[in-house]
Amino acid sequence: MKRVMIYKRFERFWHWSQAALIFFLMFTGFEIHGSYQALGFGTAARLHGLAAYTLIGLWILAIFWHFTTGEWRQYIPTTDKLGAVIHYYLIGTFTGAEHPFRQTTRAKHNPLQRLAYLGFKLVISPLIWISGLLYLFYNQWPAWGLEGLSLGGVALVHTAAAFAMLAFVIGHVYMATMGKTVFSLVKPMITGYEDSREQLPAKDAPDRGTVEAPHQPPSGQGHHPGGSQ
Amino acid sequence: MMGSYTRRIPWGLLAAMLMLASGSATALERASPSTADHERFKALQGPFASGPEVTEACLKCHTEAADQLQATTHWTWEYLHPETRQLLGKRHVVNSFCGSVASNEPFCTSCHTGYGWDDMREAPPVAGNRVDCLVCHDTTGDYWKSPTGAGHPVYESLDPADDTARQPPDLARIARNIGPTGRQNCGSCHFYGGGGDGVKHGDLDSSLVDPPRTLDVHMAPEGADFACADCHTTSAHSVTGSRYLTKARDTQGIDVPGHTDFTRSSCESCHGLAPHASTKLNDHIDQVACQSCHIPAFARGGVATKTWWDWSTAGRLGEDGEPLKIRDADGNLEYLSTKGSFRHGENVVPEYRWFDGQVRYTLRSDTLDDSQQPIEINRIQGSHDDPDSRIWPFKIMQGKQPYDPVNQHLLVNHVYSAVDDTALWTNFDWAKALKAGAEYADQPYSGEFDFVETRMHWPITHMVAPAEDALHCSACHAREGRLAALTDFYLPARDRSVWLDRAGWSAALLVLVGSLTHAGGRILTRRRRKDS
Repeated sequence: MKRVMIYKRFERFWHWSQAALIFFLMFTGFEIHGSYQALGFGTAARLHGLAAYTLIGLWILAIFWHFTTGEWRQYIPTTDKLGAVIHYYLIGTFTGAEHPFRQTTRAKHNPLQRLAYLGFKLVISPLIWISGLLYLFYNQWPAWGLEGLSLGGVALVHTAAAFAMLAFVIGHVYMATMGKTVFSLVKPMITGYEDSREQLPAKDAPDRGTVEAPHQPPSGQGHHPGGSQ
Repeated sequence: MMGSYTRRIPWGLLAAMLMLASGSATALERASPSTADHERFKALQGPFASGPEVTEACLKCHTEAADQLQATTHWTWEYLHPETRQLLGKRHVVNSFCGSVASNEPFCTSCHTGYGWDDMREAPPVAGNRVDCLVCHDTTGDYWKSPTGAGHPVYESLDPADDTARQPPDLARIARNIGPTGRQNCGSCHFYGGGGDGVKHGDLDSSLVDPPRTLDVHMAPEGADFACADCHTTSAHSVTGSRYLTKARDTQGIDVPGHTDFTRSSCESCHGLAPHASTKLNDHIDQVACQSCHIPAFARGGVATKTWWDWSTAGRLGEDGEPLKIRDADGNLEYLSTKGSFRHGENVVPEYRWFDGQVRYTLRSDTLDDSQQPIEINRIQGSHDDPDSRIWPFKIMQGKQPYDPVNQHLLVNHVYSAVDDTALWTNFDWAKALKAGAEYADQPYSGEFDFVETRMHWPITHMVAPAEDALHCSACHAREGRLAALTDFYLPARDRSVWLDRAGWSAALLVLVGSLTHAGGRILTRRRRKDS
């Protein structure tokens, strides 16, 4: 039995602490928005700010990690197999077809994931950060020459981005259950390792989507995240 | 010997330590003791037949005191507003309570800091001995003014047959025991404004003479034990802290002698401009007055305040022809033949308004528009976009008052007369009373009268609760919070785009339903494939 580390320790730490923080930020954020009362506005606002700073810190670490390890390349969008992956989610998964993408350490995300995560990183998150920081530093606007901004407008952008985040999280959580079993995709995100016992050696090895472990013989075949067979 | 020696050492040490301790404690008495013992002053031995006689004795030493006092609003009851140029003061304004002082002088001027001002159309008496020193400086609590004496104290027992009735004050004893003003002194008038305990202000009533800490953290004996003058600092008998031109936002901060304005009649003058440990809370103080959060409700001391006063129902007598006095379930007055109908409130949640400190009055000479009721007896000014404005708590007093519907102006409420039967409280005849009032004030009067609904704003600033009882954020940051009426700015948790909310929740729901449908389809097709 060969095991390949797909998600490195920092990556897992980053993913799960980010997940926890995002859930907490949504919980406190929608209370600040007035959608419900749970912790009380003051506590919710204080903890929301605290969690936001923590997440910003985490992001600084993650950005550093992405660039020093070259992992940022995982998010370069590609159209290669994109149509096939979309076709799989729309039709193939119902007909018992195999997932067209094979996960490797070089390419751990399928083309659709790449697009989704890139959107998450380049659109939703920056929108939330920028609008959130502006929201937080409302009293400093005059000193920063930002009198022209309206708090209502900033809050609107922040809320819109939060709804986008909520939709992303729901979709993401569902997609994560679409492995061979409900937890087979979540497991490597916890242990780091893809269990490759039942995996046949790679038949084809295009440059994106097959095993290419530089320091290991190419027998450690990663399982794709959506494989149903 | 040995034993007593060893026993003596610790005592000596202890004594030395105690001396060191008391030496290092530099705390002074809260009120610095006087350098004069008035008990020993020959001029104050009495007997005194009247208030003015006492004042003459005072002025022998305090040569400038009368001149000083006579220059203040406490004396003139007149205030020329520097910004609106309105001539205000009790001499001129109409309020939503008793109406106007004019024509009711000996009654209303019982709260004047002088003796014998019985005609409001003329300035108060000029003689120095007409100033009342005792009402502000009595420390015995025994000084009291006659309710109808134009400022004079009671000289003869009101009811000699009743020995439980309050006795006339011993002027000589009071004069020998004078001291700095205390809560009781200011309260003897300011707690009873509007004709009774707590009636007018809502944040000033007799419960503040000896308040628990929860009622007023500053004035409570177990709190800071402040006298009114600790904040309302005085200079030459002039007291700071105006209601006509309020400092709605103090940007000077802590009052440093020689650097600031020498007044402590704002929270900031002691607490500074960043009073909270939390930056977020401090971020509020440019737009929210301290009072808005730190006075969660007024009339908290067990004394109800009037919130509604309808003069139009006054004059109705009982079947026996006698004036009626009806109380509500809480024991508060509900109806008086002399004054009309009332509503009262305790633990009243204030209403909140933007306020830049400027108050504009509807004076008797101002023209009304009775199609726009209620008439604002005073208008407060301010908005979110004005940097001098902050959100302040207010008691909003409402009711109905007499006016001339032809000439469209407020009428003088002539309720009391010591000499003839023109006044409402004597004849219960509005037509007669209002005619007499208009004549007295030399006001044009059509002869027709009616009652117009009015509203008056009273800023709330006393009854500051301990910090732990301040409002929580969610008192305002909520869909239906305390600031629901102030709609000229975006308030988190209250405001939102309903459109965005609908779109956002719909999108999230769509993804959820889509996911569940997708999952259902996968389970179903997988089962079918297995079966086949």
